[in-house]
Formats: sequence, C-alpha cells, structure tokens
Amino acid sequence: MEYFELAIGCIFINNILLAQFLGNCPFLGTSKKMETAVGMSMAVVFVMVMAGIFTWTVDTYLLKGLGVEYLRTVSFILVIASLVQFVEMFLKKSIPGLYAGLGIFLPLITTNCAVMGACLLNISKEYSFMQALAASFFYAIGFGLALILFAGVRERINLARVPKALQDTSIGLVTAGMIALTFTAFKGMV
Amino acid sequence: MAQSLAKEFTKGLWAELPPFRLVLGLCPVLAVTKTVENGLGMGIATTFVLVFSNLLVSMLRNVIPTKVRIACYIVIIATFVTIVEFLAQAFAYPLFLALGIFIPLIVVNCIVLGRAEAFASKNTPVMAIADGLGIGIGFTLSLGAIGLVREFLGAGTITIWGGTPVFDMTSVFANFQPFGFMIEAPGAFVALGLMLAVMNLIPSK
Repeated sequence: MEYFELAIGCIFINNILLAQFLGNCPFLGTSKKMETAVGMSMAVVFVMVMAGIFTWTVDTYLLKGLGVEYLRTVSFILVIASLVQFVEMFLKKSIPGLYAGLGIFLPLITTNCAVMGACLLNISKEYSFMQALAASFFYAIGFGLALILFAGVRERINLARVPKALQDTSIGLVTAGMIALTFTAFKGMV
Repeated sequence: MAQSLAKEFTKGLWAELPPFRLVLGLCPVLAVTKTVENGLGMGIATTFVLVFSNLLVSMLRNVIPTKVRIACYIVIIATFVTIVEFLAQAFAYPLFLALGIFIPLIVVNCIVLGRAEAFASKNTPVMAIADGLGIGIGFTLSLGAIGLVREFLGAGTITIWGGTPVFDMTSVFANFQPFGFMIEAPGAFVALGLMLAVMNLIPSK
C-alpha cells in the first residue's frame, strides 16, 4: 500500500516534468516525433533507476559515513556522468539492438536534470533504499508518460495552422501547460 | 579588442538572450519564477557560476585534454555550484530554502555547460568573462521578467527583495482577485510560451 501511494504520488501528483519542472530541455527537444520520445523515455527509465541506486548508496555510506555531505553535488554529477558512460559502453558491447534504439539519447542524459533531480529528491525526502529505488522508477515512468503524451499531441499540432509567432517551442510550451493542467486533477488523491 | 569585448557582452542581453532566443536551461526558468525575488536570486546564482566557470575553463583551455573535456568542465562547474550553495546558505537563507534543489541543479543547466563548451574553451579569459557576464545578466533579467508577469497576474504583488512586496494590487483595488493559475505549475508553461511568442514578434536583429 505504501508503494502504491508512492507510485501515484511520483507518477501523477508530483510528475517530475509537469509539476517539479525537471528535465524540460529533453521534454521539448525530443517530443517532436513519437519515435524519439519513446527512445528517450526508455533511456531515462534505465539510467534513472541505476542512478537512484548508486547515488543513494554513495550518499548513505560514503558521504554521510565520512561526514562530507557538502560534496554531494560534485559526487552525484560524477556518479551520473560515469554511470551513463559505462551503460553506453556496456550496451554497445552486449546488447547492440538496445544501444541502436537508445543511441544518441544516452549521452544527453548526463545533463538531464530530471535524473540528478530525482536523486536529490530521494535524499532530501530521506527515503530508505527500497523507497529510493521505487521512487526513481516511478519518477522515470512519470517522465515517460508525460513525454509520450506530449509527443502525441505535438504530432497533431504539426498538422494544424498555428500563428507564426506561436510556432514551434512557443505553442509547445502552451500545450505542455494544458497537459500539466490535466495532471493537477490528481492532486489530493493520496 | 574593446569593441569585440562589448559585442560579446551585449549579445547575451538580446541576440542570444538565454531562455528566449536560445531555448536552453528551462527547468529553473519554469520552477523558480513564482516571484520576481526568486527569479532574480536564481539568475544571480547562475551568473556567478557562469562567470567563474567560464574564467577557469578559458584559463585551462590549453591544459585540458580534448577527450575528457566535458568531464573536466562538469567538475569545474560543480565546484562553483557548491560555493554558491554555501554562499546562499550563509547570506540569503530564505532564498536558499525557496530555491531548494534548483541550486545544486545549476550543475546540469545546459546554458552553463553550453557556454563552457561553445565559447570559453576557444577564447581568452577576458572575453570568456564578458561572455559569461552578458549571458548571465540576460538570464537574470529574463527570469525577473517572467517572475514579474507570473507574480503580478498570479498573486497581484511584486516582490523584488527581502520577502515583502513593494507593490500590492489589493492596496489599489480592495476587491482584487488574483489569477491564481499563473503561479501554479501549468501557468509557468503557458506564461513562458506566450512570452516567447511576444519575443518572436520582435525581430532579433
């Protein structure tokens, strides 16, 4: 039950893209086509869960153990950057099919603030290991859900006649606002 | 020299104004602009990181090996972000609480890494400072402007510094009802989208 509440909270109420505003660059950048949106979502699920596990471990045993919490920012970004690099090398070598699918999205994830943001949120909410693992996964699912929904809407907008000044990013942001509005309907569920 | 220096400085203020012209670093733009105060505070923190990381990257541009440059830039940026975190905690504690995780997240702000990679790694330290300062001030003013629109429409107040509003609509119209949507999450997207549309109406050159 506790994990069910966590799931609803992370996917819908505190959706990482639409309520916490994390990861908006890839949200706008990779949502023009459904294919890229799906690829990015998969890459995020993969990396965010791994990053959640590693940063939680580093924070609990290394940083808190040694009493050097002020190195959190530096160590987290290094953990995430090297993790992405390793995942990329591993996939290239052992699962070429998945690597070809995720392709260019993997390196981009290093500077995706949703990943680092989710790790920092886990720490600031003082989650246990299992909670941090579950929360990272659910945040990533929420990211994918919002991104894929948005990509679907955006493909339709391409067919519509949009005023010149509003074209591209501008109408994209207004649309994102409307999707965010639908997500606020989940507020108060848990 | 002086002329090109001025050019690098002013391009950040209009031609390459960060959130509008280069659509980068949107997360803090959307998240912390509920009030003018938070927007300006975030802008100043980012400017600090931008100027010093640009300076250091530029000074070390002949030392850093090309293959590991991104990792080096990230460490340099993360160092200055940690310094900003401490400074904010010491001298602007309410702001530190209001900005929350968005201060450590300056590390992954595309603008900072983008300037290090695209400009500071190829130019002299003086030019890099001018570039960082220009982009940083442009970013600060943009955040302030978005904060102004959202706070004024959404809460009917304008708060520049210190938590007390300098202007309050209820003092002018006693029955004023703010348009609360604007300071909610969806309002951030809509406000930025519409402001971008207004900017698109004005030619960049």
